[in-house]
Amino acid sequence: MTKNKLIQKLPYKTPFLFVEELLEINENGAKGTYTFSKNLDFYKGHFKDNPVTPGVILTECCAQIGLVCLGIYLLENDGSATTENIQIGMSSSTMEFLLPVYPEEKVTVTSKKLYFRFHKLKCAVKMYNSQGKLVCKGEIAGMIKSGANG
Amino acid sequence: MTKDERYKKLKDIIKIYLPEDVSVANISMESHFINELNINSANLVDIILDVEDEFDIMLENEDMERMQTVQDALQIIEGKLD
Repeated sequence: MTKNKLIQKLPYKTPFLFVEELLEINENGAKGTYTFSKNLDFYKGHFKDNPVTPGVILTECCAQIGLVCLGIYLLENDGSATTENIQIGMSSSTMEFLLPVYPEEKVTVTSKKLYFRFHKLKCAVKMYNSQGKLVCKGEIAGMIKSGANG
Repeated sequence: MTKDERYKKLKDIIKIYLPEDVSVANISMESHFINELNINSANLVDIILDVEDEFDIMLENEDMERMQTVQDALQIIEGKLD
């Protein structure tokens, strides 16, 4: 499966798709980018007259690139499962935020698989800004299943 | 390891993942992990991974599907230890 096709399989769309380009993906992890457009709606309110990307959105971006893209890849590689209509749910996240991310910044997310067992995928994720500085890091876990055969 | 010891070890693992409204005293042999102890499927996976480490066994997807109650878990553990 090509990386482009994988992005098309993501169960998200604008305004809640936070994956732009998938750079690397294999059994052990994923790497991808996203650029936060200044037109994203939440900047109007976070904060008043001082737009900064909310931590929860950074976490979501890490989860979409690091966990969901990887999860779809792993399910697909498994062969037994179809990745149409996948069901996903984040089950836990512990994140540390080190630097702010402003509108129009491009970030790169890397993830490393900790385990994928019994439909639960847990990853260590890191997000870097365009200067290569670490923006946030943590661990995210979720349940991921293909919809068709449960 | 006796049956009681295995039960105690299992309870020690389960209690880490109990939601706030369920206490250790609620755990019995018949307790259903999801319906009675209110453990969600993600935490049930954590329990299984901890069980594997604690008892030095390997569990399969079928084991997870059979593991509905505390008793089921103990039976599966016993089967693997034999």
